[in-house]
Amino acid sequence: MTDLSNQTPLAPPRSQWLSVWDQLKKHKGALLGGGFLLFITLAVLLGPYIWTLDPQKIDYRARDFRPIYHALFDADAKTAWGNPLGTDQLGRDGLANLLAGGRTSMAVGWAAMLLTLFIGTLIGVVAGYFKKLDNPLMRLTDLFLSLPILPLLLVAVTLFRQPLHANFGPEGGMFILIVGIIGITSWMPTARIVRGDVLALKEREFVVAARSIGTQPGAMIWRHLLPNVISPIMVSATLGLAAAIITESALSFLGVGFPSDFPTWGKMLADAVQRMEEFPERVMLPGVAISLTVLSVNYLGDGLRDALDPRIRGR
Amino acid sequence: MLTFTIRRLLMSVPTLLFISLVIFLLLELAPGDPMAQVPLTVPPEVKEKMREALGLGQPMHIRFWKWLVQFFWIEPQVLIDHIFGTTYALGDLRVISWQTRSPVMDTVVQRIPQTLWVVGTAYIVGILIALPIGIYSAYRQYSVFDQCGTFITMVGFSIPPFFTGPLLIVIFSVQLGWFPFIYDTTHVVDDWDSFVQQLRQMILPVMVLSLQTTAQISRYMRASMLDNLNQDYVRTARAKGLSEAVVVMVHVLRNSMIPVVTVIALGMPAIFGGAIITEQIFSVNGIGAQLITALFANDLPTVQTLTFIFAILIVFFNLIADILYGLLDPRIRYD
Repeated sequence: MTDLSNQTPLAPPRSQWLSVWDQLKKHKGALLGGGFLLFITLAVLLGPYIWTLDPQKIDYRARDFRPIYHALFDADAKTAWGNPLGTDQLGRDGLANLLAGGRTSMAVGWAAMLLTLFIGTLIGVVAGYFKKLDNPLMRLTDLFLSLPILPLLLVAVTLFRQPLHANFGPEGGMFILIVGIIGITSWMPTARIVRGDVLALKEREFVVAARSIGTQPGAMIWRHLLPNVISPIMVSATLGLAAAIITESALSFLGVGFPSDFPTWGKMLADAVQRMEEFPERVMLPGVAISLTVLSVNYLGDGLRDALDPRIRGR
Repeated sequence: MLTFTIRRLLMSVPTLLFISLVIFLLLELAPGDPMAQVPLTVPPEVKEKMREALGLGQPMHIRFWKWLVQFFWIEPQVLIDHIFGTTYALGDLRVISWQTRSPVMDTVVQRIPQTLWVVGTAYIVGILIALPIGIYSAYRQYSVFDQCGTFITMVGFSIPPFFTGPLLIVIFSVQLGWFPFIYDTTHVVDDWDSFVQQLRQMILPVMVLSLQTTAQISRYMRASMLDNLNQDYVRTARAKGLSEAVVVMVHVLRNSMIPVVTVIALGMPAIFGGAIITEQIFSVNGIGAQLITALFANDLPTVQTLTFIFAILIVFFNLIADILYGLLDPRIRYD
């Protein structure tokens, strides 16, 4: 008879995150996307310390330089190694602007995404856990879903610009405003998904067991429910990041975003549109930066969704 | 089905009231005085009268009520008067734009066809392209077509309209010279040539708008088809000896359309948002462009009306989707 009392497992139990990582590694797009996201985040964070040119410095003698690669096929093009991505019509350096603009766009994206997740998770968990609040909160979610988001964003940003400007400075005020408004208007998908998952989890044995030993609702949510809804939250985090970056750029493009001397990718694009026949690269560079960032975030989200789904994982 | 439709119709009333309240409060709580631009030489009592004329003297709830009356009672009367030549609304106060000093709705009525025309075409084109792509890439999962489709939809999903717009203009208008890059709203279609001209000027805006719709809907269509293709009822249908076309196009497709219809409806706010940007890029003279102009001119009545019209359009299309949902899925109807 085998001795059941002394059975140590041969290998330590595998952590869930280890197998998630294994699955994620198989998704080439997600790996590339995650890598690119990491790269661009580091670039906009550390880049301005390496490429120390001031993005705001106006130099009329060095205006309208083409990117350095233009010298390859057009020997007469105005290029300079000092401005590898060219300069704009005021002689401001393209690379420095791209890095500074990326900093703003990424900062808005991350902050708005975190706020969206916070509101969405809060409402989703509360609606799923407390039966009385479920119906009113979900009706509220439906109402928010039928709001015309972009028109409201435009209205709010234009109208509330002044007082925030006075209190937090031109950039700080606009940052708070844009992040706040994106957060308030895009939490609904997260809330719906989290609520659905919480509703299903609530009926599981471990929750019933936890309740039977007298766990308070707060501890129940914090210890038992939240760790189990982390995967849908992570997936909607990637979608939220992509959406926030696009929304911020759209606002800048329409001319209601950050003040005019503060570069963002959307504003660089909008400024360049008028002369895009002569200088297509000035539209392409910020446009490609936005698109690649969003694309990589979307691919990462796609891979995460597959990796975090236990039905797909291990197949 | 009729009770279902009526119930949904009634449910959209509180939604619209809520949205109108949100918009009203947003404009109300916003700082900034509409009289700020009036010169200082104007005496205070005249200023007070101007304020009265703008309807700013009364408390908030009374003004909200007045606005609701103007929008839901007087404006429809004006419409009836216009159609039947009656005089119900004669002398009633309408929502007046601070920019043009004329009723807001008069301008809106002139401009809304352009927006609906471009947005509607784009949405329909997007759906018509997306559905076959989604169906086929689910049917041949992991084939070359599916891989390419996934990549292209991912890219289409990620490139924002304010980038595709200028990009397409550079390629098709500037380099190739195929399509005009300014949408001429005064263009009248009366013969074949002008119709072709209208088609040509619509292609670029429609392309920009439908790219994102196509990407999003085809992804959902694929996922939904994949969920259904492995179900037992599909095996049963095949075992009965039904042809593959019937199995996929009738049995699977009808069931897979159910979640996709919701996605199509939920995409409505996004496409109207995209329409604002597209109208700005291609100078389409629609309500999105009007909203931007009114915002920069601090013309609050127009902003309020237009935002609310966007909301009405969204709620209306959601309603259509709900009814379609009921048609497709009998379980919803009897719920």
